[in-house]
Amino acid sequence: MPTAIEVRGLTKRYGALAAVDGIDFSVESGTVFSFLGPNGAGKTTTTEILEGLRRRTDGDVRVLGLDPWNDGAALHRRIGVIPQDFRFFEKITAREAVEYYRALFHTNADPARLLAQVELLDKIDARFDTLSGGQKQKLGLALALTNDPEICFLDEPTTGLDPHARRSIWAVIRDLKRSGRTVFLTTHYLEEAELLADHVAIINHGRIIAAGTPGEIIRAHGRPERITVEAPAELATYLAQRLGVAATADGGHVSVELGDKRDALKVLQAIDASGLPWDSFETAHDTLEDVFVRLVGQMDDGALKQEARS
Amino acid sequence: MNVRHIGADFRVVVRSYLRNPVALFFSLIFPIILIGLFGLIFSAAGSGPVTVQVLNEDHNSPVSQAFLAALNNTSVVKVAVVSDASVTPSNFGSWLGANDDPVGLIVPDGFASDYENGTATNLTVYTNPSDAASSGTVLGAVQGVANGFNLRRACSGTACSPVIGYTSENVGSPVYTYIDYLIPGLIGFSILTSPMFSMVDIASSYRKDGIFRELSLTPLTRAEWLVSRISWYVLLTFVAAGIMIGAGVYLFSAHVHLTLGLLPFLVIGPFFFVSLGMLAGSVAKTPESAALIGNIITFPMMFLSGTFFTVASFPPYLQDFARVLPLYYVIDGMNQVMLFSNSGRALVDLLIVLVAGIVVFALAVRLFKWRDE
Ligand SMILES: Nc1ncnc2c1ncn2[C@@H]1O[C@H](COP(=O)(O)OP(=O)(O)O)[C@@H](O)[C@H]1O
Ligand SMILES: [Mg+2]
Repeated sequence: MPTAIEVRGLTKRYGALAAVDGIDFSVESGTVFSFLGPNGAGKTTTTEILEGLRRRTDGDVRVLGLDPWNDGAALHRRIGVIPQDFRFFEKITAREAVEYYRALFHTNADPARLLAQVELLDKIDARFDTLSGGQKQKLGLALALTNDPEICFLDEPTTGLDPHARRSIWAVIRDLKRSGRTVFLTTHYLEEAELLADHVAIINHGRIIAAGTPGEIIRAHGRPERITVEAPAELATYLAQRLGVAATADGGHVSVELGDKRDALKVLQAIDASGLPWDSFETAHDTLEDVFVRLVGQMDDGALKQEARS
Repeated sequence: MNVRHIGADFRVVVRSYLRNPVALFFSLIFPIILIGLFGLIFSAAGSGPVTVQVLNEDHNSPVSQAFLAALNNTSVVKVAVVSDASVTPSNFGSWLGANDDPVGLIVPDGFASDYENGTATNLTVYTNPSDAASSGTVLGAVQGVANGFNLRRACSGTACSPVIGYTSENVGSPVYTYIDYLIPGLIGFSILTSPMFSMVDIASSYRKDGIFRELSLTPLTRAEWLVSRISWYVLLTFVAAGIMIGAGVYLFSAHVHLTLGLLPFLVIGPFFFVSLGMLAGSVAKTPESAALIGNIITFPMMFLSGTFFTVASFPPYLQDFARVLPLYYVIDGMNQVMLFSNSGRALVDLLIVLVAGIVVFALAVRLFKWRDE
């Protein structure tokens, strides 16, 4: 599959701050790539460099084979962008906005069809300043699609939206993928990345700290699968002695890490054999969220300790 | 430069504006308020009929008697025939001035016989620059009565051309009234202020709201964007100029020549000031400093370019200062075409503004960035 976006050693410095600190990644055509990171991680900076809106300090960036900064005009005809906090002319209606973009891009996009595609047809004649947050984002999406782009960049498209509005944006993103477009999506919502993305890169403090499919990231960075039962703390000691496994007790719950899935049976037998009272067991494995919280947390702890030392 | 892009952006600008009643109100009502305010302050409108001193050189011929009676019957003027024998046509103007009479009329020798023979004859109307209301009233009345006489003659005689004409002279020396100067001045004022204040604001608010960032992702170029804004302000200037000329002529009896020579100023003026506003807004780093730079540029020009007072009435050092202000050339040029019919000097003024405009436009397009460098 051809590569839509190729980034090598990308760095963006603002004075002493490295907002983006030497990152590498690539995005294959026709896939959804999600940039996942907390606020201030460098998502918008990276995105805008890819869109040709900001100049990079260092590194190599190719989007559709073009240098975004120097070949901006050519690139902009082939990409669609919904910036974080999309804003538009207040008094212009959704239809007029699409007509405006259509004239600028010399396409014959049909406002009604485009707005239907983003589920905004009912607001076709509403002025921008009367739209809700989610509706504004949808109009942004419609405008980004006016030129039938090969890549769509969406910078935190659902931040601050209610669950219903988020779901309808997700549906549109799935549509984009179905129509063969490449999607570059930034988010700080894990479930969003997990639900939509083929590939995820977790970014924090300008660095990519994990990358791959959600499954790959969990396998590489997640903790082992574990069984948790409601039982007194003695059970943890008993299991550690009897099976030599890592067992922890916490507030009436005992957790046991499983080296292998089949260990589950041995652990359950041992629990039963202990003669201690136990109830309601469950097995759990790390979600992308657990991994994200731990990776980002570890990094920030590290940063704090470093700061404390210096 | 793509006309379709400019057209698309222009439609957005027009719609945004028309749907913003406050902005529209200010740009259209403001000129009326200004002309009304200054017109009223500086031309104390009299009430009741205006007394017009008449020097009848036609020795009370029946035709001149009839003419003056008709004038008296208009009820807006009251005819007072000068009886002082020392008053002659050559000292009539200063005599009126000395007696504080704002308006006067000379009926020439041979008025009756010329009228009967169908030979052109000319009345002279004296008006005072400081009293535009009386002047307008008298000029209107004389014109009306003269028309009536001309019509009557044309229908009874062989030649059907008007016979009685009139020329207007001033009591004292200057030929034009305050309101006459005020019209080009206030058109200049609106050419300066409406683009300067809003472009400076747009430059920073569009940057803050990310609208420039949005536009930079489309094929619209900065030059096209600026041309679209200029087009809008040209349109607005035409409407504002029309309102001010209309109000000046109908409310305050201003006499200005409406010539095509005015049009280039209504185009080049906004071209210059939209570009300048954008330039000021672009070099500033914050909205506050943008507003400050805008004010520093705008305020001296607002008062010292001949907007409210003619530059000729300034002390010499202020006149020199006015000559470095671009708006001076816009207003001076409009004075030349609207008042003095001096197209040579108007052309020089126009060229100065045009060249300055091209420079400022090029700088604005170059310096205003719509993406982060
Ligand atoms: N124009 C700028 N000038 C200075 N610092 C900036 C600028 N833009 C972003 N930053 C800094 O770079 C870091 C990354 O910002 P950003 O890319 O916006 O993060 P995110 O989008 O992930 O929330 C932040 O610390 C931010 O303060
Ligand atoms: Mg961001």
